[in-house]
Amino acid sequence: MKLAKTLLAATAAIALSMGAAAADGHSMKIKIGTEGAYPPFNNLEADGSLVGFDIDIANALCEEMKADCEFVTSDWDGIIPALLAGKFDAIIASMSITEERLEVVDFTSKYYNTPPAIAVPKDSDIAEATDAALAGKAIGAQSSTTHSNYAEEKLSSASLTLYPTPDEYKLDIANGRIDAVIDDVVVLSEWLETEDGACCKILGTLTPDPVINGEGAGIAIRKGEDELKAKFNAAIEAIRANGTYDTINAKYFDFDVYGG
Amino acid sequence: MDWQTLISFGDQGWGDEIARGVFITVTLALATLPLGLLIGFFIALAKQSEERTLRIAADVYTTIFRGLPELLTLFIVFYGMQIGIQNALRALGFETGIEINAFAAGMVALALVFSSYASEVFMSAFKAIPKGQYEGGHALGLSDGQTMRTIIAPQLIRIALPGLANLWMILLKDTALVSAIGLSDIVRQTGIAARVTKEAFLFYGIAFILFLVLALLSSIVINRIEAYGERSEAVR
Amino acid sequence: MSEATVTSGLVEAQAPPPALPKPWTVTRIAGHALIAFWLFCAVMLVWYLIAAWDPAKVSRYGPRFLEGLGVTLTLVAISIIIGAILSLPVAFARMSKNPVLSGISFGYVYLFRGTPLLAQLFLIYYGLGSFRQELETIGLWVFFRDAWNCAIFAFTLNTAAYQAEIVRGAVQSVPKGQWEGGSALGLTRPQTFGKIIAPQALVVALRPYGNEIILMIKGSAIVALITVFDLMGETRRAFSRTFDFQTYIWAAIFYLIIVEVLRNVWAWLEKRLTKHLVR
Repeated sequence: MKLAKTLLAATAAIALSMGAAAADGHSMKIKIGTEGAYPPFNNLEADGSLVGFDIDIANALCEEMKADCEFVTSDWDGIIPALLAGKFDAIIASMSITEERLEVVDFTSKYYNTPPAIAVPKDSDIAEATDAALAGKAIGAQSSTTHSNYAEEKLSSASLTLYPTPDEYKLDIANGRIDAVIDDVVVLSEWLETEDGACCKILGTLTPDPVINGEGAGIAIRKGEDELKAKFNAAIEAIRANGTYDTINAKYFDFDVYGG
Repeated sequence: MDWQTLISFGDQGWGDEIARGVFITVTLALATLPLGLLIGFFIALAKQSEERTLRIAADVYTTIFRGLPELLTLFIVFYGMQIGIQNALRALGFETGIEINAFAAGMVALALVFSSYASEVFMSAFKAIPKGQYEGGHALGLSDGQTMRTIIAPQLIRIALPGLANLWMILLKDTALVSAIGLSDIVRQTGIAARVTKEAFLFYGIAFILFLVLALLSSIVINRIEAYGERSEAVR
Repeated sequence: MSEATVTSGLVEAQAPPPALPKPWTVTRIAGHALIAFWLFCAVMLVWYLIAAWDPAKVSRYGPRFLEGLGVTLTLVAISIIIGAILSLPVAFARMSKNPVLSGISFGYVYLFRGTPLLAQLFLIYYGLGSFRQELETIGLWVFFRDAWNCAIFAFTLNTAAYQAEIVRGAVQSVPKGQWEGGSALGLTRPQTFGKIIAPQALVVALRPYGNEIILMIKGSAIVALITVFDLMGETRRAFSRTFDFQTYIWAAIFYLIIVEVLRNVWAWLEKRLTKHLVR
């Protein structure tokens, strides 16, 4: 493993220096796709700007790669097709590295990893975050996510309601249309701290399933673009090593999101 | 935050974002109109051609684009055309990432749908023009093209106007669907505002009213055009 | 003197002269080229679908597609029927001489025909969600809590507005003399309407009704945006997991078949019901 890492770093370093040499004078242009509806990782402000952990990480990576980055927002449902169609070159949007997605796109190594969790209204009678306790309840999730897949397969006794973005399930659990929601624990806790999240509480975190949830969030790129992948991997290593990652981590969270 | 701040222009409010959405909606509809009219006119010509193959080809066209949900046409154009063109270019040996943006995809998809309905309107307008008008043109020694341009087309437009006006209203409403492929139109912009601020009723209500205003403005303009078209008839 | 001509036999029946070769005019070339283009597309499509055929995906997503199809058809059927019932009072209010009644009805029709169905759906589902407390106190929240009910509600209001216009157009298309004939026979106005006007108006309304149903089937494709998974919703879900473009192609085929079947049934119905009008 260590050897592999060293090798990876070495090839990455070579690729990076080659890239830098090639890009001398005019810096490399990368279009980055993101969703803009997933606070605290990526979301849109009223002035139209993108903010969040993903955005800061992306900017740090671009600076590390000396690349000129431009963000493009896309609906979550269509974000992979848009990548494949060449509408952008990389997805930095908290996308989990899963088998299913690996069949169509390639991923860099992870840049964070947090478990899924379930949130319920404060007065809910659901006792624990298990399939049995959720039987017959309506559970909300964002469609095309690892969380919706998890609910579909592991919480099959509950009825699953799918939403285009997390904002919609947040509206609906506050309205009482659904009894519980499943999403990343960080996303849920961030929401619960806001005024809108006052309705609800975290019921419990779930044990991630390696096949469904994957090994953490990575940067998705088109298959065969190994040079870009190597550059991103090297940049992730670099910001992990030089403290940039920790600074960004501290800006958003009081724990280590990188995970084990 | 009170609602005046929420819909104000500037960094605090969503007014400027929504205004941009209105701009996108209106430009998209206006850009689609000439394209759709042009295609629709040629489809109508093909449909009443004496050449059987042309008629069949035109019928296939309208069957497809009147039968598919507009949303599906939009997705097929947005994702399918991009993948198709890229594969075709790759087969020809070009390695460039040609990109079809959401606006162009929306325009093409809406024009496909619009034109297949417009062709029906043109068809019935053609039928309403007596054969003698063509014969009169020929008797005056005009060519087919001249007859079409100077005698048939002016009457055709007047007869087709109410039908086309109706289609314009439908087009205006159909633009709402482009929000699903990420184009920042009225529905998408108000939707983002609604989700971020959690003021769903306020912002979707704004979208609703904006479309109503657009419809109202359109009918005023259309009435003007109709009055202009009928100015010679009023004398009788 | 020449001899009188004597016919010795009849001229044999001749084959008709050979048809003049059809010239290859521009239109003819264009027609053939376009047909060739469509054939090419059809062949490519079939070839693509055969190449992309995957039994695992079909067994996994096929039943869901059919379920989605069921949702689409049920949703449209319920909304069209309730909408038809609702459209009658609206249409009559619109035709009434009472300015308040016709004003209200005009406003309703204008509101729902002037705005996109998508905006109406969002306003009803998410917008009314903001008024949970108020709705709860009047006991309506139970209804609006459910996405399915919201969809039915939005679609019904929408189609009722369109159908009211169809009814109005059809009733007004019946010549005034028919009403006068009814009263000359001593029939009351409701009797005249039921026995004389309605049968004639229905024939006129038949075609627009068919178009409205087709428009609703197509328009219902947006309902997945409020969590009701119809044919389009299942398609998008399958696409988002497989990233296989054929899911959209299959949805297109399904929709085209429904619409074409409906169109042909309607054409047949119209032909049957208007037999007496053919001279």
